[in-house]
Amino acid sequence: MKVFVPLDSAAVALGADRIAEAIVAQGAARGVTVQVVRNGSRGMVWLEPLVEVEVDGVRHGFGPMTLADVPGLFSDLASHPKAIGPVEAHPWMKGQTRLTFARVGVIDPLSLDDYRAHGGLVGLDRARGMTRAEIVAEVTESGLRGRGGAGFPTGIKWKTVSEAAGDQKYIVCNADEGDSATFADRMLMEGDPFCLIEGMAIAGLACGATKGYVYIRSEYPVAIRVMEAAVRIAREAGVLGAAFDMEIRVGAGAYVCGEETSLLNSLEGKRGVVRAKPPLPALQGFLGRPTVVNNVISLASVPVILAKGAAFYKDFGLGRSRGTIPLQIAGNVKYGGLYEVAFGLTLGEIVNGIGGGTASGRPVKAVQVGGPLGAWFPPALFDTPFGYEEFGAKDGLIGHAGLTVADDTVDMLQMARFAMEFCAIESCGKCTPCRIGSTRGVETIDRLARGDASALPILTDLCNTMKFGSLCALGGFTPYPVLSALTHFPDDFARQREAAE
Amino acid sequence: MLDSQDHSDRIAEILEAHQGLEGPLLPILHAVQEAFGYIPEAAVPQIAKALMLSKAEVHGVVSFYHDFRSKPAGRHVLKLCRAEACQTMGADAVADRIKRALGIGWHETTSDGRVTLEPVFCLGLCACGPAAMVDGRLVGRVDESVCAEVAK
Ligand SMILES: Cc1cc2nc3c(=O)[nH]c(=O)nc-3n(C[C@H](O)[C@H](O)[C@H](O)COP(=O)(O)O)c2cc1C
Ligand code: FES
Repeated sequence: MKVFVPLDSAAVALGADRIAEAIVAQGAARGVTVQVVRNGSRGMVWLEPLVEVEVDGVRHGFGPMTLADVPGLFSDLASHPKAIGPVEAHPWMKGQTRLTFARVGVIDPLSLDDYRAHGGLVGLDRARGMTRAEIVAEVTESGLRGRGGAGFPTGIKWKTVSEAAGDQKYIVCNADEGDSATFADRMLMEGDPFCLIEGMAIAGLACGATKGYVYIRSEYPVAIRVMEAAVRIAREAGVLGAAFDMEIRVGAGAYVCGEETSLLNSLEGKRGVVRAKPPLPALQGFLGRPTVVNNVISLASVPVILAKGAAFYKDFGLGRSRGTIPLQIAGNVKYGGLYEVAFGLTLGEIVNGIGGGTASGRPVKAVQVGGPLGAWFPPALFDTPFGYEEFGAKDGLIGHAGLTVADDTVDMLQMARFAMEFCAIESCGKCTPCRIGSTRGVETIDRLARGDASALPILTDLCNTMKFGSLCALGGFTPYPVLSALTHFPDDFARQREAAE
Repeated sequence: MLDSQDHSDRIAEILEAHQGLEGPLLPILHAVQEAFGYIPEAAVPQIAKALMLSKAEVHGVVSFYHDFRSKPAGRHVLKLCRAEACQTMGADAVADRIKRALGIGWHETTSDGRVTLEPVFCLGLCACGPAAMVDGRLVGRVDESVCAEVAK
């Protein structure tokens, strides 16, 4: 009997390890030989732990599993109370276009054979037969833009590094994923680590870089363990070696270290303060040498682009947002998880159609898109199509494509206050608008909460100073959640006034 | 508790094991904290000397990052996510109840040295919040019953 139990953090946080043990014990007690594969997650977090049993080559899903549901896996499967049928046929799976996440949840993450059998290493093999310029051109042509938040064209960044002079260049993968509502990087590293390794190896070929680093946040113990094991396995198999090798590095709990220059300082062993640009990291990055800094998903999208060609990838999407985006639907939502799809769905289709509205069953009041530096959207803007420019036009951003759904009990003044507080806690301290501005922001919102309406113009002023005076997007974008809350939910700020009067 | 000679021997081993790394300071600090549960004051000059940095530089790095402790934590460390997605699932109220049950606030340790409570900003469990980490173990949809796990 072949059974799949995810090793993914979300599945584990909901009891997957205990379920896996119970399945083994139950099998032993019944004299049934059970092969348990610890796969990645399919992304249907509301069904986790989602156990799959393979019957005649078809994987049948059962979830959310409890210990009491385990014995039932050994009798009539069709009548199991947690049966959801063949996983691939589930509407959540069928609606997706899984390019980057094609193997996540499907394969054994640490089996290189499984990886190969599911199309792995085809991109790297093709890249080995190409010149540097050809690889860069292919990535540029695909239209791939950085998935870490800024949306900068990946091919153009690679071109700069590829053409830069230097005996040692680096590929640095940004796996700091600090934004609330995001977990795509984590799921990819836990569910298909070789895909990231392959993407980095291709980047190394394209740029003439022989060394890579993956900087993973310390809050991700499972991803760290899986990536470290995968690097060892890839090295033993000769996928990594003299031509390109890499190391896993662990962050130390600083949100700002997701900002690329701060990340480079941290990697060098310094305080994670932001560097002024120029010089660009592409020219003077890690240890002052030419360096590509790319997000996990940007790099993990490269193998499929090389394997299937730029045109194939580019064919998906909307406007200048090409390819697919792994949406991370989170917060107070009925069906939360990861859903990879071409750009272009509207926010309403995502939140209500895919997510099924709130988990609480109450009306959706607001959705924050793009993490703690992203704007809050009211249902009135649910017709906004998911794309970089489209969200920009509505004073928002897609960031790393995380969505936090909130029901009508959320107090937007408190969310605005939290945005300022978070910025104050996480500011690297280098520039004043961010360091001091955020603290003043908290105080000013507290004045509003006490009913002091004269604080309102001070708050908008402060936001402007932060927007235009900050060195990086931490201080520069914190005004997005604050001002969007104020613009779209003025009652939450006014109500407080009335209450005080 | 180890005496200072044991400390410096162990730190010397860690420094030795990290030779040849580019930018070795964070891996070294993680290893020191793993070994002792915190970064002992005496480690700072020893690390500084080995890496040819000033004590102030090393101290500056230790103090910059939320992960590094300058004194030992309680026997258990309970981290609760305070970030937006978990807030929408009632993380603040859960945290308040846990604080009351333990009788401590953020960054505090119970007087019997049993548990330290810390905020964390996202554990990547945002579709099954509120999220927590108990002694390194991940917990989704957490509530105050988690206190039982740090009871001893
Ligand atoms: C405060 C702050 C935090 C950031 N956090 C991350 C992060 O966790 N992961 C990430 O890939 N990019 C993050 N970024 C964006 C990076 O600076 C950079 O744009 C990105 O790593 C480039 O890779 P990409 O082009 O592949 O997106 C952050 C930026 C800021 C200002
Ligand atoms: S917001 Fe709490 S785990 Fe991500």
